[in-house]
Amino acid sequence: MAVTAKPKLDARSIRADFPIFEQQFHGKPLSFLDSAASAQKPRQVLDAMRAFYETSYANVHRGVYQLAERATEAYEGARQTICSFVNADSTREIIFTRQATEALNLVAYSWGLNNLGPGDVVVVTELEHHSNFVPWQYIAGRTGAELRLIRIDDAGELELDNLDELAAGGNIKVVAANYVSNSIGTVNPVERLSAWAHEHGAIMVVDAAQAAPHRPVDVQALDCDFLALSSHKLCGPTGVGALWGRRELLEKMEPFNLGGHMIRKVTLERTTWGELPYKFEAGTGPIAEAVGFAAAIDYIGRVGLEAIEEHEQTLVTNALERMIEIDGIVTYGPPPERRAGIISFNLDGIHPHDVAQILDLDGVAIRAGHHCCQPLMSRFNVAATNRASFYLYTVPEEIDRLVEGLHKVKRMLG
Amino acid sequence: MTEFDQLYREVILDHYKNPRGHGVMEHADAQAEGQNPFCGDEVSIYVSFGDDGDRIEDVKFSGRGCAISQAATSMLTEMVKGRSVVEIAELPKEELLEEIGIPLTPIRLKCAILGLGVLKVALHKAKGTPLPEEWAGLDELQLT
Repeated sequence: MAVTAKPKLDARSIRADFPIFEQQFHGKPLSFLDSAASAQKPRQVLDAMRAFYETSYANVHRGVYQLAERATEAYEGARQTICSFVNADSTREIIFTRQATEALNLVAYSWGLNNLGPGDVVVVTELEHHSNFVPWQYIAGRTGAELRLIRIDDAGELELDNLDELAAGGNIKVVAANYVSNSIGTVNPVERLSAWAHEHGAIMVVDAAQAAPHRPVDVQALDCDFLALSSHKLCGPTGVGALWGRRELLEKMEPFNLGGHMIRKVTLERTTWGELPYKFEAGTGPIAEAVGFAAAIDYIGRVGLEAIEEHEQTLVTNALERMIEIDGIVTYGPPPERRAGIISFNLDGIHPHDVAQILDLDGVAIRAGHHCCQPLMSRFNVAATNRASFYLYTVPEEIDRLVEGLHKVKRMLG
Repeated sequence: MTEFDQLYREVILDHYKNPRGHGVMEHADAQAEGQNPFCGDEVSIYVSFGDDGDRIEDVKFSGRGCAISQAATSMLTEMVKGRSVVEIAELPKEELLEEIGIPLTPIRLKCAILGLGVLKVALHKAKGTPLPEEWAGLDELQLT
């Protein structure tokens, strides 16, 4: 079946920017359908990092020599890029972390440990990645607060009709949700959750790791209080992520990691903390990685997030239409218009490992497992699913290969 | 043989589609369950001992898993029946892998040896046989 609407994005020419596609696996060209786990890197990002190391690298801040100034400029320039990317008010609100996971832990520990107690309620969703679930479960346990769940319906969308019942008899302090589910692609109504959180005087914490690569993320429009980003899912390097937080909240919070760089003054008796954002950035940061992160944001910005979103919608619509024709397939998640380019599915009676393994032998890479979402897997009463995910470099032939591969799996193991 | 044929060779598919020793044993003499945290696979192993108490009379397994883990555990039940508890407690994983006879990546290796690990835990619990760190250190083998 042909793709009906011509995407505004030329995936074929974009693909040429990604050196990984120049090699073969098991003698076949790579069909990489695992971008939801981590995206591939374009030459532009790799070149930016290499150029930085070759011409501008030194440790940042405090150096008085020209090279250190140049490195600092690049690092702080990256912070500015991220600030604009999420439409934040100030670079003081952008904290570099190792990943989105560390950003969420920072909020859970620094805000949660000091603001939660018995009688308080932390609300998370059944769709969360473990990174926005486990820290809250743990910190709630440490502080005596209660963890409550926003459930999902059979289509994998949040059940928002009984939110006020959920709030009954407890003091809601935190609402934590992902913007896009990494596991089944659901796009969550974060604005609505933010409004509800604020009605109850709670803070709204958004995990945007899976959203930011695929759709515009605007912290003003979402009206949230914290938002976590990851670099590696949007074509940037691993080892760097960012937290955006409202300045008035960040200022009142205790530091997270302690050490060099995050201090104002250290004496034998006591230490005072540095200004934002440095208060939360102990130790030498991911300097070149931040430069690569910014280069990735520039790259996807040039392609255009709206174009990327539309491209993925076309692919996901086409793929779903063809996949549901396969006998015995179960797909999880909402209709294409409310999901990102992610399809989780199972073939009746066939373990996802076997599906992924057989596809791999044809050069098709998908993920099989619990996708760091075990509560969600329990909701669907499965241990694992297969997940195919699409990105800006995905071409329609890859969906052909996926569907052909699934028929082969059925023939072998069905 | 292509890689595909190797990985899913006939004997693997046979054990996968017709697993030996599949089921639950009431009143087992030894029992344990374990999980592979990478994929969420679970296996329970049930053992009955012979009258002397030193030999494995019968083994059954239940749970869910991929073709490799199901086939490997099925082969395992055939391999260990009638052998001594001490011998199986010390059984190197290579003996099972040889029986499986297909090249395995590190991730799939964990699928293949899950059943053996759980069996060793079951013997350890029932008979106090040594559980070398290689197996004991597998935190996923959550003791029941």
